[in-house]
Amino acid sequence: MSTAARYQSAPTPIQKLESATVRLCGDSGDGMQLAGAQLARASARMGNAVCSLPDYPAEIRAPAGTLAGVSGFQVHFSSKIATTPGDRLTALLAMNPAALQANLKDLDPDGIVLINSDTFTAEECAKAGYAGNPLDDNSLTKFRVFPVPMDALTREAVARISLSPREADRCKNFFALGLVCWLFDRATEPITKWIKAKFATNPAALEGNLKALKAGYRYGEQAEWPMRYHVPEAHVPAGEYRHLTGTDGLVLGLQAAARLAGRPLVFAGTPMTPASELLHGLFERPQPDVRSIQAEDESAAAGMALGASFGGAIGATATSGPGLGQMSETIALAAMTELPLVVIDVQRGGPSTGLPTKTEQTDLLQAMFGRNGECPVPVLAVSTPSDSFATALEAARIACKFMTPVVVLTDVFLASGAEPWRIPSADQLPAVEAPIVESFVPFQPYRRNEWLARPWEAPGTSGREHRVGGLEKEDGTGAVSYDAANHEKMVRLRADKVAGIAGDIPELIVDGPAEGDLLVIGWGSTYGAIATAVARARARGASVAHAHLRYLNPLPRNIAEVLKRFCRVLVPELNDGQLQLLLRARFLIDAVGLHKIQGRPFLASEIEDAIERMTKDS
Amino acid sequence: MTTPVLSAKDFDSDQEVRWCPSCGDFAILAQLKQVLAELGEPRERHVFISGIGCSGRLPYYLNTYGFHTIPGRAPAIATGLKAARPDLCVWVVTGDGDGLGAGASYLLHALRRNADLKILLFNNEVHGLSKGQFSPTTRIGTRTRSSPNGSVESPLRPVEWALAAGATFAARTVDVDGEHLAQTLRRAAAHRGAAFVEIYQNCKIFNDGVFEYATDKATKADSVLYLEHGRPLLFGKDRGKALGLNRFDLEVVDLAGGAIPNGVPVHDEHAERPVLARLLAGLTGPEFPECLGVFRSVARDTFDHELTLQATTGPHLAGATVDDLFASDDTWTVE
Repeated sequence: MSTAARYQSAPTPIQKLESATVRLCGDSGDGMQLAGAQLARASARMGNAVCSLPDYPAEIRAPAGTLAGVSGFQVHFSSKIATTPGDRLTALLAMNPAALQANLKDLDPDGIVLINSDTFTAEECAKAGYAGNPLDDNSLTKFRVFPVPMDALTREAVARISLSPREADRCKNFFALGLVCWLFDRATEPITKWIKAKFATNPAALEGNLKALKAGYRYGEQAEWPMRYHVPEAHVPAGEYRHLTGTDGLVLGLQAAARLAGRPLVFAGTPMTPASELLHGLFERPQPDVRSIQAEDESAAAGMALGASFGGAIGATATSGPGLGQMSETIALAAMTELPLVVIDVQRGGPSTGLPTKTEQTDLLQAMFGRNGECPVPVLAVSTPSDSFATALEAARIACKFMTPVVVLTDVFLASGAEPWRIPSADQLPAVEAPIVESFVPFQPYRRNEWLARPWEAPGTSGREHRVGGLEKEDGTGAVSYDAANHEKMVRLRADKVAGIAGDIPELIVDGPAEGDLLVIGWGSTYGAIATAVARARARGASVAHAHLRYLNPLPRNIAEVLKRFCRVLVPELNDGQLQLLLRARFLIDAVGLHKIQGRPFLASEIEDAIERMTKDS
Repeated sequence: MTTPVLSAKDFDSDQEVRWCPSCGDFAILAQLKQVLAELGEPRERHVFISGIGCSGRLPYYLNTYGFHTIPGRAPAIATGLKAARPDLCVWVVTGDGDGLGAGASYLLHALRRNADLKILLFNNEVHGLSKGQFSPTTRIGTRTRSSPNGSVESPLRPVEWALAAGATFAARTVDVDGEHLAQTLRRAAAHRGAAFVEIYQNCKIFNDGVFEYATDKATKADSVLYLEHGRPLLFGKDRGKALGLNRFDLEVVDLAGGAIPNGVPVHDEHAERPVLARLLAGLTGPEFPECLGVFRSVARDTFDHELTLQATTGPHLAGATVDDLFASDDTWTVE
């Protein structure tokens, strides 16, 4: 039953759109992240393909009404595919003048602006840098502007509930969301259900938010606006689906890995934006076979995870920004002791504290090389929010099978982004197994199997007592050894083991022609923007293909051959050319970089332009 | 099933012990093996986790499971192990440089959490393996490679510090007093929770004789006070001196052969608030005797126990299969 039919049928005509991109913006206390996440969920629930992009300041409450305090959440919902959060906005919700000022530049030329007119006072407009009131000076005439007194209407909607004025005002994000749902014909049931669960212990807030949501929707029905919009459901493979954020995917991937391995999971993390979301996710969903620990710092977090691995559990940790540096020593210790460890790095703008809430891909070289000594470790990257599940699981699989720390790179955009996820059945998932090493008397902790992995013999087994540590080991026995030849041998054995993982992972798949003018190769969260740009370029007749790397170390075994089949190679990255550097160094090719380091993902059009330049002059 | 009787020799590993001749660590290792044998727990259930430095080598010399880690991190690594495997006996071996330099934070949090770990801190008041620099416990004025004109930094008193961190068990002993050392290790092993033991340990090469006053027969009686639960704080030749309270501090009271005056406090390991224990732990010679023995021993829930309890009880637990993990109140089916 469509939502329109549930309420009194409104006369407003509905126009079908293939896709829409809506950005909800307000002051950082206005609840836009929450409203945006609900719009994404509701859209996923309606069968749309969805991709979302939160954009919020690092401060919890920057000065109210200023540009610095503007928080936004963008949702792209589509009847086809939505692999990017959308380049241009179909509609913008501005809860205050600063939100309008900061976001109007991204609106479609004939886009829709929903405005909370109650906040457009002279004072607020001045704070946002407007000379006058933009609602009165005809500066918005090319857009379709709908001013709505949302503060007043929200207060009126919740008037009969015993809420303080502050609490009443806090419901206005749901009023706005209700109005957006009406305008884009979104069913509000999933949101209602969510509010009921979220505010179960606070009946006044529960009722207030529900009333505000309904009031916003009703306001639309009665507003006599010229048009509503509907984005039909996308055609997706049959199956059972759920809404999944990139963070949810990582949590589930780690938990599933532990169950598949039949071992406990010990996750240790610290409060560190944005990786702390992962810690929250694990604490919110306790499992009998999971121990989650909040550690004092990143060294402790990685150490706890490694200690757990020594005990036979799957040890995992997560961090962001400068936290990865703090973990370096422990990652090297895991490499030296050849114990499994999953390290998730939710990349954010750097260096140092940098841009804590903005996305970037600038930790690749640190993940590859940021340790003392010769210390290669496997590095994997997540490409979409739902891919986070498979990548986390794969990281744990490799860590266990090869007895090695594995670094998983994801980023702010992926971790907080969400999409519908087709729930796999357990029998589709890979086995997570420890190495089987031929037993040997006396027991040798550094004897290796055909993959060069050593046995994972946890304390508790009689006759297998042994010591591991950061000092160099003698091949086989694992005894401390300072022997020169043995050291070189061990360095090479550890490197060969990591390189050998290439024999256990899939080949690189090329999307598009198998050979041609241009290969666009990327990794991580640029997947959607590159895929969209390459598809558009091919539709225009360009000979261009896309390959996307989940495995950054070791690289897929066929990559050299793939690179050779194209005249030119373009490497778009949200950094200053880190994969580009690796490809140039490894394969002696003139890979061309496309770099963006602005704390925001690529627009598909930016990559499309680069493709056009390169295919034109080739 | 009877547990096989173990001897100290059963805990010898196949590695050659490589501490300097006459190092205090030899005596500690010998007593430790003796106590491990007495405990009766099978070898494979003991895990020794160490940090860096001379003390860090200890796990190599014990035929148990062992993990020689990196500067200061042993308490965190041990906490993770204990979280995964509450069934194991997990020991942390550290030193003054490792545990209170690089590792002060990790040690503090392990004590604060009350993870069920036995933590042995070998205090020789110097960085030994890095060849003789002053450490966080080195006395002011000590000449070392990095303080040729005498150290200017104020030293930490490890037990005082551990009590401030909330240690539920804190004790101090000496490497060469085998009997007292063994007794203290037994007490630590029996404690459920984080047990912190500071061991005065002589470094023959870089800080020789720094604890001589506490081990030499001629000076020991006046320099050391052995703590006994429920007993007054007596020391000196023929226990002729006591520690009394003067306002908020301790003072030495000469009993002059007379009876113990009123007001001389009695040592209470189980005191809810370890106020007196902290004062005792901070005492230094020559004005005061330095206390050896158990300063505090109280029963509290352990971190690993509470962690297990929260993970295995409660309203939100999912079922046990992989598929159960994916269940959500937010699923839908596409035909």
